[in-house]
Amino acid sequence: MTTMTMAQALNTALRHALGGDERVLVFGEDVGPLGGVFRITDGLTAEFGEDRCFDTPLAEAGIVGLAVGMAMGGFRPVVEMQFDAFAYPAFEQIASHVAKMRNRTRGRMPLPMVIRVPYAGGIGGVEHHCDSSEAYYAHTPGLKVVTPATPDDAYWLLRDAVADPDPVVFMEPKRLYWAKDTVGITARQAAGFGRAAVRRTGTDATLVAYGPSVPVALQAAEAAAQEGRDLEVVDLRTIVPFDDETVVSSVRKTGRCVVIQEAQGFAGVGAEIAARVQERCFHSLAAPVLRVTGFDIPYPPPKLEHSHLPDVDRVLDAVDRLQFDDEPDVRHLNRAAS
Amino acid sequence: MSTRTSHPAVDGLLPSAVPVRFVAEDGTAAEPPPGYPAPEGERLVEAYRRMVLGRRFDRQATALTKQGRLAVYPSSRGQEACQIAGVLALRPDDWLFPTYRDTVALVARGVDPAEALTLLQGGWHCGYDPAAVRVAPQCTPLATQTVHAVGMADALRRKGEDAAVMAFVGDGGTSEGDFHEALNYAAVLRAPVVFFVQNNKYAISVPLAKQTAAPALAYKGIGYGIRSEQVDGNDLVAVLSVLTTAMEHARSGEGPFLVEAHTYRMDAHTNADDASRYRESAEVEQWESADPVARLETYLRDRGLLGTEDVTAAQKAAEEFAARVREAMNADPEADPFELFEHVFAEPTGQLREQRAQLESELTAPED
Repeated sequence: MTTMTMAQALNTALRHALGGDERVLVFGEDVGPLGGVFRITDGLTAEFGEDRCFDTPLAEAGIVGLAVGMAMGGFRPVVEMQFDAFAYPAFEQIASHVAKMRNRTRGRMPLPMVIRVPYAGGIGGVEHHCDSSEAYYAHTPGLKVVTPATPDDAYWLLRDAVADPDPVVFMEPKRLYWAKDTVGITARQAAGFGRAAVRRTGTDATLVAYGPSVPVALQAAEAAAQEGRDLEVVDLRTIVPFDDETVVSSVRKTGRCVVIQEAQGFAGVGAEIAARVQERCFHSLAAPVLRVTGFDIPYPPPKLEHSHLPDVDRVLDAVDRLQFDDEPDVRHLNRAAS
Repeated sequence: MSTRTSHPAVDGLLPSAVPVRFVAEDGTAAEPPPGYPAPEGERLVEAYRRMVLGRRFDRQATALTKQGRLAVYPSSRGQEACQIAGVLALRPDDWLFPTYRDTVALVARGVDPAEALTLLQGGWHCGYDPAAVRVAPQCTPLATQTVHAVGMADALRRKGEDAAVMAFVGDGGTSEGDFHEALNYAAVLRAPVVFFVQNNKYAISVPLAKQTAAPALAYKGIGYGIRSEQVDGNDLVAVLSVLTTAMEHARSGEGPFLVEAHTYRMDAHTNADDASRYRESAEVEQWESADPVARLETYLRDRGLLGTEDVTAAQKAAEEFAARVREAMNADPEADPFELFEHVFAEPTGQLREQRAQLESELTAPED
């Protein structure tokens, strides 16, 4: 067991993937000698040579399109999109080719590849550097969408993603890059790819979160415990595949559910989770499933992002509205009337 | 008066001032262009046979569309010299990255015609095994395949294969960002890839003049440091000669090559299009006189390489092929709705398994 940051865990995973499979190639903007703007590829060019880890021209559709051709040719590319919003030029390649090639060819031409996307905010980034873009990918059939919340998951889920027979969009929460925790390099600590993890057990309500919102959920659960409420926290780990079983069994047990996402709420991943929980747990629910999300606004400038990001108080406020006192929550009606 | 001197590196990259041509429109020999060897007679006769067959296939596919057997068919009538020379310039171990208009090239490459037409017949998307014939799925989003071609070319180089890749693209496709990213990546990576632009003068309804202000599309190579050439796209001899040179250039490690062929789309964009809304019939008639099949036939007959018997045999083979295509496309195999869930991922997710079960119950539910 080693203690390292998520950035170091990702770097270690790439190093082990490159060392373990000569078909693995790492490329993107500034990933070579610089080691990437977040240093996730630090030292890889020096260790494996410029043939295995290299800088590309500055064109994201080209990076992903190149990876498509290389995967068709038998390689396993791991490409970096420098920031969430900088991946948009590649969206046509991702939606029309990466996601569909296996299906278009009746399974004859799979595309094992990983698209790494540093995403979301909370780091004081200026515009176009903090988007939560996971819903675009999760809505696209044929893509697996992963987002780790711990260094151990960062290591193991990235190793899994590189070995996966399908394309994976690997979303790295930027603000957790420097969070330290233990990583079991020789044996994984959490469940396998595609399974959610119960990060904290509790009996009164379930908080469902992923990526950057998992630590917020855990902090909220700690604060709620001070007030005598025992909250369970489920970390999705992979948005696609979605682990209905773990989420549903937790909510059936607690009877209450709050879904937390940093992204803007409308038509987001949280809406899908709330719908799925409601469809499957209706008779176990003592209160409506609530969502805690960012607002439906373009990502704010750095000095205002704290007003946008879901924090512990916003989560606790939602927990308070879960009708523990048997009173129906009509606050949203009052707001609409005022 | 100012004198401009070009950088020495530029001279080796720029295309000829006029399109390379071996055979004039009337089938007589043109002034032989410097730097490009004339293909052997045997190869040209083989090309002629395939052009006759390709044209017949194209006519058959158009007819099948009118009969409702195909959902849509984008014809390449008039572009046979490009379709056939593009394939004849390939070795079996080379890769082809075609567009939706290149079904004639697919068939010439050896793709089973029924599998080649699966996309247009509507039974599935890509009907053939790309790796078995080294032909990527026909690409509909414009120019996106050109970057894939670069990736495949780099993959071949990495694996130590001396094969190369040819990417087909149209005049409209050269306006797409992916085309430019592909040229840049290919040049920087020195990838063994040939970009073959079939400039058929129209992107659906938009004429070339509204697509570009470049003197020729072939000039788009120079800005990326790519050797480029333009060729008379209705002269099979010229297209075959230039593409053969381009592929050898790529295979030998000299990097990418861009070839623009000036040709013409004789039919509308597809059966769903009405070309009379945007071009004069006089223009189309003018191109009839530049017909690539007739031109090659005259050229080969004049040289004693092709006789009446050969022409008759080529037409007979084409008719037999068309009959096989008709038969195959009339078979209409039942599409399996459960296949919809099979190829989304290597293993279907739990949600997909649930949805498959839902469809199964819908399909097996007794009718009211």
